[in-house]
Amino acid sequence: MATQNTKTLARLMMAPSVLLLLVWMIVPLAMTLWFSFQNYNLLDPSSDGFTGFFNYEYFYTDPAFFQSVWNTLVLVGGVLLITVIGGIAIALLLDQPIFGQGIVRILVISPFFVMPPVAALIWKNMIMHPGYGVLADISKFFGLQPVDWFASYPLFSIVVIVAWQWLPFATLILLTALQSLDGEQKEAAEMDGANFINRFIYLTLPHMSRAITVVILIQTIFLLGVYAEILVTTNGGPGYASTNLAYLIYRVALLNYDAGGAAAGGIIAVILANIVAIFLMRAVGKNLDR
Amino acid sequence: MARSVTTRHKVTATIFAWIVALLIFFPILYTIITSLKSETEAIAGFNLLPSFTLESYITVQTQRDYLTPFMNSVIISVGSTILALIIAVPSAWAMAFSPTKRTKDILMWMLSTKMMPAVAVLVPIYLIFRDLGILDSRIGLTVVLMLINLPIVVWMLYTYFREIPGEILEASRMDGAGLWQEIVYVLTPMAVPGIASTLLLNIILAWNESFWTIRLTTTNAAPLTAFIASFSSPQGLFWAKLSAASTMAIAPILILGWFSQKQLVRGLTFGAVK
Amino acid sequence: MGRITLKNVSKTFGEAKVIPSIDLEINDGEFVVFVGPSGCGKSTLLRLIAGLEDVSGGQILIDGKDYTNNAPAERGLAMVFQSYALYPHMTVRNNIAFPLKMAKMDKAAIDKKVTDAARVLNLTDYLERRPSQLSGGQRQRVAIGRAIVREPSAFLFDEPLSNLDAALRGTMRLEITDLHHQLKTTMVYVTHDQIEAMTMADKIVVLNRGNIEQVGSPLELYRSPRNLFVAGFIGSPKMNLIEGAYAQSKGAKTAGIRPEHLLLSKDSGLWTGTVTVAEHLGADTFLHANVDGIGLITARCDGEFGVTYGDRIYLTPDEGKLHRFDGRGLAIGNAGLAA
Repeated sequence: MATQNTKTLARLMMAPSVLLLLVWMIVPLAMTLWFSFQNYNLLDPSSDGFTGFFNYEYFYTDPAFFQSVWNTLVLVGGVLLITVIGGIAIALLLDQPIFGQGIVRILVISPFFVMPPVAALIWKNMIMHPGYGVLADISKFFGLQPVDWFASYPLFSIVVIVAWQWLPFATLILLTALQSLDGEQKEAAEMDGANFINRFIYLTLPHMSRAITVVILIQTIFLLGVYAEILVTTNGGPGYASTNLAYLIYRVALLNYDAGGAAAGGIIAVILANIVAIFLMRAVGKNLDR
Repeated sequence: MARSVTTRHKVTATIFAWIVALLIFFPILYTIITSLKSETEAIAGFNLLPSFTLESYITVQTQRDYLTPFMNSVIISVGSTILALIIAVPSAWAMAFSPTKRTKDILMWMLSTKMMPAVAVLVPIYLIFRDLGILDSRIGLTVVLMLINLPIVVWMLYTYFREIPGEILEASRMDGAGLWQEIVYVLTPMAVPGIASTLLLNIILAWNESFWTIRLTTTNAAPLTAFIASFSSPQGLFWAKLSAASTMAIAPILILGWFSQKQLVRGLTFGAVK
Repeated sequence: MGRITLKNVSKTFGEAKVIPSIDLEINDGEFVVFVGPSGCGKSTLLRLIAGLEDVSGGQILIDGKDYTNNAPAERGLAMVFQSYALYPHMTVRNNIAFPLKMAKMDKAAIDKKVTDAARVLNLTDYLERRPSQLSGGQRQRVAIGRAIVREPSAFLFDEPLSNLDAALRGTMRLEITDLHHQLKTTMVYVTHDQIEAMTMADKIVVLNRGNIEQVGSPLELYRSPRNLFVAGFIGSPKMNLIEGAYAQSKGAKTAGIRPEHLLLSKDSGLWTGTVTVAEHLGADTFLHANVDGIGLITARCDGEFGVTYGDRIYLTPDEGKLHRFDGRGLAIGNAGLAA
């Protein structure tokens, strides 16, 4: 495997994907960096010229900025919490012998296949609508005032929608890990007198740690960029109550047409994402090495 | 005695599992049911028995033209996935069978490009696409989706290829197979299941991608994600039509996903969970 | 023809010098076994001969012609891998036919060769099966079949029996030895199992940390190990190595006596000891005893020897078969050869 020929060949074969991704990463990023120091409005062709750190200052001093960073953290953290804990619970349930296992699996995995705008529209209109949603019907049945979810708890509502989309992913990965747990290990623990809870804490959970890491890594990658769910439900509002960083930048860029400001926001987002990435990659890299 | 206990355990577990599964599936189920109602039924309160009318489906097709975005979705998701596979197979092959000290770093770097917030580069990409004249075009979108899924395709293929024992490739080399013969007769047949599962997962990811597909299209190349997002604008309360459009948008990939869920689960874990 | 010559061959992986420098001559038709503990470089050496790894220095000649920089396929060698490395998606027939297909042989000739090989290896009934439907021993035979149809100038075996259970290993050992007698082709065989080495080899090459410790026929290595490493590695149970007063009285730093060269008695002898473990195998008996003033000693005798844990026994070394080693671990004189 390790002859000189194959090594040279291997480099050649890796080149296309590495080069493509490098270009895809560097060219737009360089342009963004350039715009972030420019006075650049998409609607006003006369606006140009170097503005130093004005865009950054503008973005940074916007109170919406901190709120959106906070919202991003709540969104990512909330969804991770719900999906990991819920995923473990459901995986433990599905690991039991049950009738109709195949159909149950199909039902549980389904939300993963639903595109984000549809998921958001379903929840917004079918489930959480204060007039015609199922939750409103239930409230009315009990004689309660229906809750206007997206007006009263906008961020929480979005967390629920996104968590619903990602719960299947977490469940199935954790279930796969659970099913690979050696039966003899479980029996040995039973012989050693470990009850269900002890077996879960000392055997099952450590066995699943790798799967949990994978769930967190993959989900974080996708959760940092949640966009369509916000677009079709709250549009980031009321105010900035449900605006995450990605959505804030989009608002600045395409609603205010302020390309310079959006670019500054983009650079800040890239820096923040890199900080998260470094932490995650470290943790995951360690966990994935065998 | 022991047997009756396990049966009772199984029945209890079954009941709980079905309750959980139905709760998770309920929003989709209720949307499908509502799509079969008339508009007046749809807003008449909770009701699981529709009148099974297809009027909403017909309206969605005639008024909003479902077929065009559907075709766009198919072409863009399948096209971008195949393109990504063509570029990723050699890379993953090289990383799996001729690894160097930096292979892991390159893989990690590739995955980290996915962490780059898409909005950060929206304006530059928009401008580049405008100047190249590929805004709102299938080609432009295909290229973008190929690029954003490339790291995942490489990573998945890498994990599948790595499961192929190196000794088998060495054996073929000893048997006199050249590189081309090695790939055609030995590697490819063994890698088919992995490639198929990568293909499926990435078609699904591309089908559901909802940032670039919404922002880089207006009408011509708009796939189903953009089509459905346009329903969010207030336009009266058309619950049944919305449900019909939603059902049509997710049905193809939902069915594909159901049939291939076994292979998908393995692919989803990126080889990290056995 | 299959004469393989290694001249100054060395291999480094990054910083690690796996093989410092090796010279070796493998004659045509010889069955040569590379043996040594894991990590001694024996598999690397085989892969260098195969061309699966580049040498870092030196030359590899096959029948006098320099093949150092040739691709594996051009060397005319065939290899049997530890994992068998069968193609899982092909039938047994296609597995065996694969090298011939690569050589663009015509179909009728391929069929005949595959049928012949299958008959020799008792695989005729399994030709249409996939490897996954075969037992370990059958898979091993398919791997050998794939090697013999090529009519290579030499066979390379990389620990081919280590995935089989003990009984099957014994059978396959016989089959491979038998095959060698029929084909009379050079075979280079890598193993960590000294029993395989002793039973199959014409010539054993003992490797340790990438260096050749000794080359010789099985009995040469048994009778006159060149140093402590070979003495400890060849022979089962292991040679007893004794230091201290006894060794000094024989003019050595270390004295070595094989378990089978100790005379056992219940009433008299040179040494006295207490039995710690007695293994009664029927055909022979292994005793582990704590010998006064010497330490733990293993002894072997033919047939049954009726003692058990805690019994006192007497042991007398056959001093004509005593091995003596100096401070550097090298053998002094050749005590063993006298036998």
